Amino acid sequence: MPAVQETVEQVRAIDVDQYKYGFVTDIEVDKAPKGLNEDIVRFISAKKGDPEWMTEWRLEAYRRWLTMREPTWARVSYPPIDFQDQYYYAAPKKQAGPKSLDEIDPAILETYKKLGIPLREQEILAGVQTSRVAVDAVFDSVSVVTTFKEELKKAGVIFCSISEAIREHPELVRKYLGSVVPVTDNFYATLNSAVFTDGSFVYVPEGVRCPMELSTYFRINEKNTGQFERTLIIADKGSYVSYLEGCTAPQRDENQLHAAVVELIALDDAEIKYSTVQNWYPGDAEGRGGVYNFVTKRGDCRGRNSKISWTQVETGSAITWKYPSCILRGDNSRGEFYSIAVSNGYQQVDSGTKMIHLGRNTTSRIISKGISAGRSQNTYRGLVSAHRKAANARNFTNCDSLLIGDQCGAHTVPYIEAKTASAVFEHEATTSKISEDQLFYCMQRGLSAEEATALIVNGFVKDVLQQLPMEFAVEAQKLISISLEGSVG
Amino acid sequence: MADVTPIRTAAETALAELFPAVKGRLPGDATIAGQRAEAFKSFVDAGLPHRRIEAYKYTDLRALLRDVPPLATEPSADAVEAARQWADPFAGVDALRFTIVDGHVVAGLSDFKLLPDGVEAWPLAAALSAGPVASGLMGRVAPAKSDPVLALNAALMTDGLVVRVRKDVALDRPILVRFLAASGAPSLIVTRILLVVEDGARATLIESHEGAGVAHHANTAVEISCGDDAIVHHLRANASGQAGVDLSTLGVDVGGRCAFTSVAMVTAPSLSRHQIFVRCTGEHSTVTLGGGALLKNRQHADTTLVVDHAVPDCVSRELYKTVLDDEATGVFQGKIIVQQPAQKTDGKMMSQAVLLADGPTMNNKPELEIFADDVQCAHGATCGALDDDLLFYLRARGLPKPEAEALMLRAFVGEALELVDDEAARERLDGMVAAWLAARA
Repeated sequence: MPAVQETVEQVRAIDVDQYKYGFVTDIEVDKAPKGLNEDIVRFISAKKGDPEWMTEWRLEAYRRWLTMREPTWARVSYPPIDFQDQYYYAAPKKQAGPKSLDEIDPAILETYKKLGIPLREQEILAGVQTSRVAVDAVFDSVSVVTTFKEELKKAGVIFCSISEAIREHPELVRKYLGSVVPVTDNFYATLNSAVFTDGSFVYVPEGVRCPMELSTYFRINEKNTGQFERTLIIADKGSYVSYLEGCTAPQRDENQLHAAVVELIALDDAEIKYSTVQNWYPGDAEGRGGVYNFVTKRGDCRGRNSKISWTQVETGSAITWKYPSCILRGDNSRGEFYSIAVSNGYQQVDSGTKMIHLGRNTTSRIISKGISAGRSQNTYRGLVSAHRKAANARNFTNCDSLLIGDQCGAHTVPYIEAKTASAVFEHEATTSKISEDQLFYCMQRGLSAEEATALIVNGFVKDVLQQLPMEFAVEAQKLISISLEGSVG
Repeated sequence: MADVTPIRTAAETALAELFPAVKGRLPGDATIAGQRAEAFKSFVDAGLPHRRIEAYKYTDLRALLRDVPPLATEPSADAVEAARQWADPFAGVDALRFTIVDGHVVAGLSDFKLLPDGVEAWPLAAALSAGPVASGLMGRVAPAKSDPVLALNAALMTDGLVVRVRKDVALDRPILVRFLAASGAPSLIVTRILLVVEDGARATLIESHEGAGVAHHANTAVEISCGDDAIVHHLRANASGQAGVDLSTLGVDVGGRCAFTSVAMVTAPSLSRHQIFVRCTGEHSTVTLGGGALLKNRQHADTTLVVDHAVPDCVSRELYKTVLDDEATGVFQGKIIVQQPAQKTDGKMMSQAVLLADGPTMNNKPELEIFADDVQCAHGATCGALDDDLLFYLRARGLPKPEAEALMLRAFVGEALELVDDEAARERLDGMVAAWLAARA
């Protein structure tokens, strides 16, 4: 069954040529020389004021990176990337350390205003929003401002840029950095480890429920500049934090590289909710330009009863290569992955998740919806595995995809590996086979099979998306109403 | 960045040295010899597939194949006589029987002379030497270069069967091919069957692989081409004991308005991989694939299939059931490709596994690759232990646990066996399941 008209129109509204965030901010920048070698790594390290152990860490990663090869297994194709034809560091020029927002280049403030991200606390307070969000704004290679720091400090929450954390809280950074995504994890993660410039650091102490949503807004502005950010979130015993991430970039004819690493650590009884609205520049209608989004995101449910939940709405980037994963190490821990990926134009998406069950009684749930239109290719690639000791592991996976037009492709590549009999894994890609019990319940009350299915699936997705704050969820809101009628596995 | 040059394993070295040593005595004319050399080169260039090769991710032949026995030689008169005494697992099935002992057709045990009108059959070795018939068909459905195991088969095949069912001929008796591994010393047995079912014809092919517990390596390829409006059933059973290696490839071209069904039943040997490549080239056809695997000890069985929909309005159904005990490993890799012109394709794939102990591993990879927007494709995969509630229900009615389990497992695998059209053959397969379950209890 082809897609319904309503869906077709909604997807068209977010087509690549409708990109709203394509403007360029004209400001003076400080750049590292083009290319990559040990000197550049040292240069970045010096710029960030790294302690010596950090510089060594980066250099070791760089040397390792030289021995690695680009991964080619993903279902994406692009011309070879010249890693020497890039700037690895670009920062807005500034006077010695701005102390308040008034000292920040007004052009940058204007940029964020245009993007709808308020950086002044009083503006946020005066606004109509009912919920407050603390923002870390990352502009090219540096974090320009982090809001609500004082208030968070009162609660004991540390929320700052990662470079600040390396200087101020080295004990935490040394303990946790690279403990979820090892330096040698993969080509792009290793590159990131060598040259990462900024990103956010969050530490929520024992028993604290973070008083507000935390968020980072990433903006690539400079030409030929790769953005390599690194995010590290630690939720100590019994704590809770919800973190949001948004990203945009100007319209440019050449491709830009974005290779981030995100590490989440949840200790006993802690919960981390990580939401992304990814809206990097997707390239134009002919497939020129756009951001290559090669990201490694992984969460480690290290403690008992911990929980990590990934929610992503993917509409941007020329190429997306991203698999937010959960390592369910602690007993009774829980991983979730909710994703909506919409591809248009010549976009290529290869995304999914990994749920690695190591502890007892661990559960995971994967809900993925892919919509491809135009000439795009949309692939779901996911792994669910249960270790021999993961007694009673449970997984439920549901991935649906929808094609609009006959020039695009939708692919599903699930890997399901079970090494214990008490694990129960279910993978399904039909909208007609959700949970027999739930369906039966709804149908018993007079709904048709199709209505009941729509109710269950959409009810689920809506529930997730509505938890995203408004300023990030413009696209997400539109997508909520997209029905997946006519979807294929 | 340095390129990695893998070191040849003992098995790779043995295979590489094998071909030059035996090529003089392999059947076939100059064209076939050329094709063999080419296929062999493509194998040597690639080496044995390993886990970095996506299609062999879960069946790393480089690691699993420790050695390779010598190529099987023509069986002695005694061996043939012994083979005559072997119990036929499909006894009672009214079929045209052909017997291949140690990779060589035994004419005395084959019904070449009983073929009805419109059906022709030759031993493959004779057909290869006699020229055009076989060389024109060879590799048409399953090109040697597409897969290393297939390339090895194309290079080393010693014998097999060529069968042609002429236009509009309905062959009502199944063609039963018995592959007997009789030699006492391990050997490499490489065979191939070519089956051509012309427009409007019907045929059933049953492969029965039998052995006596010697660690033979078998490499079998079956190429089937179905003309328009043809109805073809294929059945494969392997109960050749616990030792040895069985690599098999089934290549099928399905014409228009065809019905093609293939069911494979595996309880042996210690390492097996059955790969199926089906291509729908005519509209309004139905492809049904199914299988059951019952594995114990440290057995490893892999089913890898690719159904390629190139034209509109075809239906494909796949249903695979795996039962794993002890420390066995089951692999299912299924891929449905729907090409851009293949609108209105209806594809459904299901793989289900039951793990009976804490030791086994099941790897499932049901894949979809879709380029057309007006299609229905679904895949499912489940994996878990037997349902406690159902087990309790049966035990509450007085069945001891082993019997209750056996009943549930027989029903579980039985669902896939229901796809088998021939009732007598289906009963034999069900008997294999029952025997396996009885041995377990």
